[in-house]
Amino acid sequence: MRDGRSLAFYLLGGFFALYVLFLYGPMIVIFALSFQGPQGGMTFPMNGVSAHWFSKLWEGGGIVDIGAAFWRSLELGLVVTLVTVVFSTLAGLAYRRKFRGQAVLFYVAIASLIVPSIVTSLGIALLFRMIDAAIKAGPDWMSGTFTTALGLFTSGLAAHLTWTLPFGLLIMFAIFNRFDGRLEEAARDLGATPWQSFRHVVLPLILPALIGVALFGFTLSWDEIARSSQAIGSDNTLPLQLQALTTTVTTPMIYALGTTTTGVSFVVIAIALLGIALLRARQNRHGSDAGKA
Amino acid sequence: MSDIARPTDAGHIPAAGHIPAAGLASAAGAAPAATALAATDAATMPRAARPRGRHGWAPPAWLQAMPMGLVFALFFVLPLALVVVVSFWDYNDYEILPSFTLRSYTETFEGCYDQLPGLCTIFKTYVTTAELCFAVWAITLVIGFTISYFLAFHVRSLTMQIVLALLCTIPFWTSNVIRMISWIPLLGRNGLVNQALTQAGVVDAPLEWLLYSRFSVILAFVHLFTFFMVIPIFNSMVRIDKRLIEAAYDAGATGWQTLWNVVVPLCKPGIVIGSIFVVTIVMGDFVTVGVMGGQQIASAGKIIETRLNALQFPPAAANAVILLAATLLIITALTKVVDIRKEL
Repeated sequence: MRDGRSLAFYLLGGFFALYVLFLYGPMIVIFALSFQGPQGGMTFPMNGVSAHWFSKLWEGGGIVDIGAAFWRSLELGLVVTLVTVVFSTLAGLAYRRKFRGQAVLFYVAIASLIVPSIVTSLGIALLFRMIDAAIKAGPDWMSGTFTTALGLFTSGLAAHLTWTLPFGLLIMFAIFNRFDGRLEEAARDLGATPWQSFRHVVLPLILPALIGVALFGFTLSWDEIARSSQAIGSDNTLPLQLQALTTTVTTPMIYALGTTTTGVSFVVIAIALLGIALLRARQNRHGSDAGKA
Repeated sequence: MSDIARPTDAGHIPAAGHIPAAGLASAAGAAPAATALAATDAATMPRAARPRGRHGWAPPAWLQAMPMGLVFALFFVLPLALVVVVSFWDYNDYEILPSFTLRSYTETFEGCYDQLPGLCTIFKTYVTTAELCFAVWAITLVIGFTISYFLAFHVRSLTMQIVLALLCTIPFWTSNVIRMISWIPLLGRNGLVNQALTQAGVVDAPLEWLLYSRFSVILAFVHLFTFFMVIPIFNSMVRIDKRLIEAAYDAGATGWQTLWNVVVPLCKPGIVIGSIFVVTIVMGDFVTVGVMGGQQIASAGKIIETRLNALQFPPAAANAVILLAATLLIITALTKVVDIRKEL
């Protein structure tokens, strides 16, 4: 604010550095410990350096189904991401105009963010249990081989969407608040149909931000526990599996698992950022033509 | 429906968007520039928002909003209603019995009246949860405010602001459980902290309260969720007109006076939004309390989880309703401090 670096700057800077250390310190510790030697334990000192615990993890290492949980989480995350991007984009477009119930939808989305996850999860579990009960009470051709409607891509997907969609909607608000509507108007003046102006003007412009929505959707789903806990059915996702393991596994394998899931998160972030950078570069190359197809 | 769309909501449609966009623009990776642009672009919105092209068909807005609306109606509003309904139903060891009873509530509050002035289990649990909540809120607020203040007022270039903000964001993308268990090698009985303390001769025996205690639960919460405080407060701060601070300085205010009388009031919306996030997370949490408390600490969220593990749905639902009421009460109190809609 004022000339020169004040004492306050150095104090606050020091505080910030401590905060960053506080954020990263523990993560670095488990990253290091996941390369613990075969004889090593859960804490320091390191007993040699090896990839032993990763290979044990890869073999399954006596942990039930960890690989399957990994793939389930990945599949669910991708579906959640896709649905979140499409539904959020549509809703974002809708909010640029007036429609009945827009205030209600907005407040419901906010409510979905702040109602404790376990309450939502319980509600979804109850809903699907009632669906089960209804189907089982139905005629034979319906109830014959039926076990439950609870599952990864029914109740699980629903639970995750109640968490990712509000974020998606809020990001769309942020996007369209910055959007220059004159570009669209120009497209219309040049005779573009609404679809053409969306496809060739709006979409290319918001695409980098949509990757942001996708990134948010995926990571929220990938790490989600509380909402999944009651609504996922019999097949656990990776974070749920991980939570269960915290009480049973007493070897550095759990750190190896931690390092692996963190690695996946980072790969996803890297892909997303790379995508955004490529799109930005493309836009810059093509100047104001806004992504001619 | 439209009577809920209050005309006082400050005018045109994007107004609805301003509230969250303000809070989360930076979360989307769209840094302060977004908020600066938002104000000017809003003026051009109504024109662009006109749907009709000269030819071709544009789907009506309500149809575009429908998929999201349906998801919320079916998987959020309806389930919430079911939770309330089921909390008034009866149950036995095997199933839910759809007949009205207050059993789940009377059982939950059993003995509460008789034990007065002593506290019954449910009240004790809520006191514990409230204490956790308050501690986490106070700590995250102080840290969040300080970090935001540093970023907003002491870091001068926009690039540096974004880089430092991203630095705080990265851990947020990794699993919460991983971030929790990463404290174990540090705080455990033979962890780094205890090793250091015993070697330095500060303590004779390793400290037991470092892990699986209230301390570790609060530490984990602060570690996980300070981020939710930083973003909205930072977002409020970068919008403060720097000339106001110059003016306060010129008028002879000390640094603290400026902070307390100018910066803090102008940050109130951010503080309230951040507080709502943190409070609701801690109130409903059962994962962090479970993992970091060694499954020994009771909290409002854990009661529900315990009931659910026993497949007792009506009592779980009753506890969910109580939790919801408690959370809404706190949020209402927080929003009384500041009218969010007005201030944004």
